[in-house]
Amino acid sequence: MPSLGADMAEGTVVEWLIGPGDEVRRGDVVATVDTEKALIDVECFESGTVDRLLVDVGTKVPVGAPLALIATAAPGGPPPAGPRPSGAPAPAEPPPPAAPPQPAEPPPPTAPPQPAAPPGTGPPRPRTAPHPAGRSPLTRRRAAAAGLDLAALPGTGPDGEVTRADVDQALRSGPPHRPRISPYARRLARERGLDPTALAAGTTGPLRARDVVAAPAAPVAPAPPPPRPRSVTAALMARSKREIPHYYLSTEIELGAALERLRRHNLAIPVADRVLPAAQLLHAVVRAAGAVPELNGHWIEDRFVPGDGVHLGVAVALRGGGLSVPVLHHADALDLDALMAALLGAAGRARSGRLRSSEADGATLTVTNLGELGVDAVTGVIFPPQVALVGFGAVRPRAWPEGDALVVRPVVTATLSGDHRATDGATGARLLHEIDRQLHRPEDTA
Amino acid sequence: MATTTFREAFRAGLREALAADDRVFLMGEDVGRYGGCFAVSQGLLEEFGERRVRDTPLSESAFVGAGIGAALGGARPVVEIMTVNFSLLALDQILNNAATLRHMSGGQLGVPLVIRVPTGPGRQLAAQHSHTLEGIYAHIPGLRVLTPATLADARGMLAPALADPDPVLVFEQIALYGTSGELPDDAGPVDISRAAVRRPGTDVTLVAYGGSLAPTEAAAEQLATDGVSAEVVDLRVLRPLDEATVLASVARTHRLVVVDNAWRSGSPSAEIAARVAEHALYELDAPIERVCGVEVPLPYPHHLEEAALPGVADVVAAARRAVG
Repeated sequence: MPSLGADMAEGTVVEWLIGPGDEVRRGDVVATVDTEKALIDVECFESGTVDRLLVDVGTKVPVGAPLALIATAAPGGPPPAGPRPSGAPAPAEPPPPAAPPQPAEPPPPTAPPQPAAPPGTGPPRPRTAPHPAGRSPLTRRRAAAAGLDLAALPGTGPDGEVTRADVDQALRSGPPHRPRISPYARRLARERGLDPTALAAGTTGPLRARDVVAAPAAPVAPAPPPPRPRSVTAALMARSKREIPHYYLSTEIELGAALERLRRHNLAIPVADRVLPAAQLLHAVVRAAGAVPELNGHWIEDRFVPGDGVHLGVAVALRGGGLSVPVLHHADALDLDALMAALLGAAGRARSGRLRSSEADGATLTVTNLGELGVDAVTGVIFPPQVALVGFGAVRPRAWPEGDALVVRPVVTATLSGDHRATDGATGARLLHEIDRQLHRPEDTA
Repeated sequence: MATTTFREAFRAGLREALAADDRVFLMGEDVGRYGGCFAVSQGLLEEFGERRVRDTPLSESAFVGAGIGAALGGARPVVEIMTVNFSLLALDQILNNAATLRHMSGGQLGVPLVIRVPTGPGRQLAAQHSHTLEGIYAHIPGLRVLTPATLADARGMLAPALADPDPVLVFEQIALYGTSGELPDDAGPVDISRAAVRRPGTDVTLVAYGGSLAPTEAAAEQLATDGVSAEVVDLRVLRPLDEATVLASVARTHRLVVVDNAWRSGSPSAEIAARVAEHALYELDAPIERVCGVEVPLPYPHHLEEAALPGVADVVAAARRAVG
């Protein structure tokens, strides 16, 4: 396990891109490692033949632990039992000083060494759901270069994830077989929550409506959605601007007291649980939405349907570009600490493309916070069928009148984009004022 | 109910129109003394006189042009062109004058003209008298194009066509003139804007018009004996096309077969297929099938004429492919 950052103590192997018997050259990417900060492709330091993998996918090991054995001579020899003789398999990494590398599962004494089957070499597992594209940037790059749709490939990695080996296999087997599906059958399948491509698999002729009708019903639990691709965002936002007459309001909120309360709150809790100012702002929005229910809900068939609680959508920019909007359901039932935890979890899953299906849908109000990007204010686009979107810019020290004096205070610009079909500016103004009021409640813990 | 032929049904419509409105007159080659090339106007000269039933010289452009002029002048002419192949000689008058004058005059000039055109194959009249060219006229904005394929339509389309303030073409199937069937005694004017479902069904939509309706209905009958329920849609009006009826049928059956005696390329069948692909793709459970005339000049020998046209077996086979 190489050190992939100054503060990195350990890493988790999330994908092996090699298996026993593979030839590797110095510089090849052999694995993807999660460092808690990012997924990083690990390159090989040696050239040779992979003898075995020592760390299973999902296992967390300290920096310096050997990950695999690479034979620089002919492969197939027994694993070294002691100090490494020259020409014997060499650990890819400097071995830990104490012990020689040990296979993850010691082989039974009578049998030749049997490494645990690494992912990527086993038979493809049935995929319970269209899995988000491979997390490994390398896999994504290779697939994109070859024009392959990762989501359409069978995955052999954990949770049916598509690995580099799967991409290579797909490339070897030529262009993917496109099953023939009649347009009506495709439509019927979609309406019934079935995957027409899966239904067509194994059939010789084209998939027809009768085949869809005869298919067993879809499982009740919907599959977790893949991350929102660009085209989805594009279509949704275009629809929003086409259909929703937006009105825009903005107000400046002074946060001196609120941030001080938050500082004190954070002093009393473990570092890992500390609440970010962003969560404090969300918390204020949730409570304000409870007080102004006209802006919390959906515009459906020319009328407003109020939400059955505040389900807060939080716009998250993805590392690779694009946008994901995880939903914190019943955020009005969460206190500040719980909201922070929910936000951390959802944002993390959104960024790793592992959003749960329950988190992908049903927001009654969305917040976009571009403060991190240093903008003063954001005037956003409403997510249909919601009727409002709250935006926050950066919290900055600004000149602020206090009595007859001018003082410097941390100030944030809050904006509201409202659907003029559902509400008027006066209602939007009430929500912004309510957010301000929530952030100035001294009795609040935060 | 009385047993009657298509010829008699067309004649009854003409007689009624001539009797009902003094402005109506019939003209064309051999419509008077000879009683009509296909005997449709037999007896009308004797009944209504030479002012109302006029023989014309053998010059389609001239007498169609004269009909357009008469219509502009306030008359209600019914012009007969002997066969659709010869109508091409009048295409200039029909397209450049009849179909355009209302537009070019800013709405000041209408051409309330009806042109009757015997059309279609099946009588061994060979390549210069047997084609199905209705689609050429269905291409032209400003015209209404009717294709009566039932006795009721043969009897009842002329009156509303004469009432239309713009030019209407009525294509009469030569092969049907002698065909007889039952017609109610009180049969009268019919709608001339919509297609008709001639036979309801659930498994496949068969679309036909004019000369292709009879083999299509026979094919539906044969399919029914094998458990395939075919819906038959008779277009009746090629322009303006009633696509809604076709789309609604495809939404019920999810499969489409278009049967057309015309040559496949650029025929009305192509228009129907395109409209369904445009507006009902996600209703389609199979590729659209077209059963069309073979793209050759229609042969004279009977067996070759048969071979060049959509037959019952061809329609049945196409429907089977569609149903899968």
